[in-house]
Amino acid sequence: MNSTAPHTLSANELAAIRADFPILSRTVRDGKPLVYLDSGATSQKPDPVLDAEQDFYLQRNAAVHRGAHHLAEEATDAFEEARHHVARFVGAQPHDIVWTSGATTALNIIAYGMQNATLGRGGDAAKRFALAPGDEIVVTEMEHHANLVPWQELAHRTGATLRWISVDDSGRLRTEELDTVVTQRTKVLAFTHASNVTGAITDVAAFVRRAKEVGALTVLDACQSVPHLPVNLTELGVDFAVFSGHKMLGPTGVGVLYGRTELLEALPPVLLGGSMVEVVTMTDTTFMSPPQRFEAGTQPVAQAVAFGAAAQYLGEIGMDAVFAHERDLTERLLRIADLPGINVIGPLDAVDRLAVVSFTVDGVHAHDVGQVLDDYGVAVRVGHHCAQPLHRRFGIASTTRASASVYTTEQDIDTFVESLQQVQTFFQVN
Amino acid sequence: MEQLYQQVILDHYKNPHGKGLAELDANQLGGESHQVNPTCGDEVTMRVQFTGDGTQRTISSVTWDGQGCSISQASISVLVQLVEGQSVGDVEHVADVFRQLMDTRGKGFPADDEATESKEDLLDDANAFTGVSKFPARIKCALLGWSALRDTLASTGASADAHAQGIKHC
Ligand SMILES: Cc1ncc(COP(=O)(O)O)c(C=O)c1O
Repeated sequence: MNSTAPHTLSANELAAIRADFPILSRTVRDGKPLVYLDSGATSQKPDPVLDAEQDFYLQRNAAVHRGAHHLAEEATDAFEEARHHVARFVGAQPHDIVWTSGATTALNIIAYGMQNATLGRGGDAAKRFALAPGDEIVVTEMEHHANLVPWQELAHRTGATLRWISVDDSGRLRTEELDTVVTQRTKVLAFTHASNVTGAITDVAAFVRRAKEVGALTVLDACQSVPHLPVNLTELGVDFAVFSGHKMLGPTGVGVLYGRTELLEALPPVLLGGSMVEVVTMTDTTFMSPPQRFEAGTQPVAQAVAFGAAAQYLGEIGMDAVFAHERDLTERLLRIADLPGINVIGPLDAVDRLAVVSFTVDGVHAHDVGQVLDDYGVAVRVGHHCAQPLHRRFGIASTTRASASVYTTEQDIDTFVESLQQVQTFFQVN
Repeated sequence: MEQLYQQVILDHYKNPHGKGLAELDANQLGGESHQVNPTCGDEVTMRVQFTGDGTQRTISSVTWDGQGCSISQASISVLVQLVEGQSVGDVEHVADVFRQLMDTRGKGFPADDEATESKEDLLDDANAFTGVSKFPARIKCALLGWSALRDTLASTGASADAHAQGIKHC
């Protein structure tokens, strides 16, 4: 690290990036330029990603890991090359990267794999994943439902107890609770790298340190972090991590389960069928090594190839630059906190925080806020953003959320802020 | 925007009818329903009180509490206005016509249809929701209260009674 300020994107660089996203130049609602501030839900896709997917279908489409023909060979190469690109992007080994249909599936594979271990599948090696009454699973109060519900259900099915780290009034995790909530009884510590509601970035090092002290497995939900900041899973030292392609400029239908080699080798598979087996008799089956062991059935091959292209695209811009750019946007977005009648749910400073800003407007329901913003061409998300417990923690049912990405401009934010004031005018609350 | 947020809707939103739950009279048929819109977390609790029997059964009062957007809150208020004092059979008909309106994709009932005038007369203030039907994400908001009403009609047996009697008459 050098001490100079991180390089952010110049106006020319940003314009060049935007030119890669055809959708950003379309209009909505009777000719208004699109101001897309819903990247936290799903990102837009640049030409190189779209081209990679199309090129795969046009030139190399075939079943992978099967068939002895030329196309099958090229398809397999493209599929595995994509795994390399995505692995390098997050500082992992390719064989530790399992393709899934998304982060939600990846989290369920871990939770159900642990249940299978609890049922005795996977032999002695899998015993480290088995749960019993008295064991504890620890999550946090700011999880997306995808990193909460599978653990709740796993606890119900195994008799383990679910506990959680709470959130403070500023929307950050109370890291100091690790010492009391995470104990020798804790078997799993599952937590998000960054909140999809408050934008708060978790002190992963503190979580990993505490988990190691008590011998608990760590599961990192990296859905919101990997698209927006430099992430090196090996350096972070987590045991498992998950993220989705569609939030990081890639296609829908593909995501990643990352696991440390020895853990993937020990975890019993969940989805069973073709492409993941060695010897099958009428009564028993042996499974392939990871990552194939977890990739049953036909994979989203073209999507994985395009996901690889997305990782390359972001890698070429450089995640330091992406993060610096989005930090500028965060500061600009947070200006709404100074407007009368606007309440931001989340940290009010741009430190350790993503450009994800959720808020309420006094006297106007989130649905109505979103509707009026939409009339100005501003796309935001309204509701609980799949994080009901976090909203309940703040005593609210829903918020409006503006979230940025690498292609977001300061002009986008300014249009959003102006339109937000129109919301208050329309509902006569200012 | 003005097409969606008609003044009638904003007025009902600011001064809703029937808001604040009343105790149900245990001597009369009555019921309660709690409905949630899972996409936005909006909710309503509705209490419906009936008088009379069979086809003569009417809705004497509807009270409710809840939180939600202007569309859902105004729609419940309009519902109260439309159904209080009406027979169960008539209320089911209005509910039906309102659901039909929500299927018109912002166009409203066709001008060249004979039935349109009587449907519009029936819906009264609820015609203001025509613009809502253009926004698929908001139709659920407009229907939240109507779902609660339908649920109480079913759970109290008021609906079945009205129809059973109806069949006898045929
Ligand atoms: C923090 C977080 N975790 C998990 C998910 C689930 O991702 P997916 O729907 O791609 O499986 C999301 C997406 O909304 C998210 O923001």
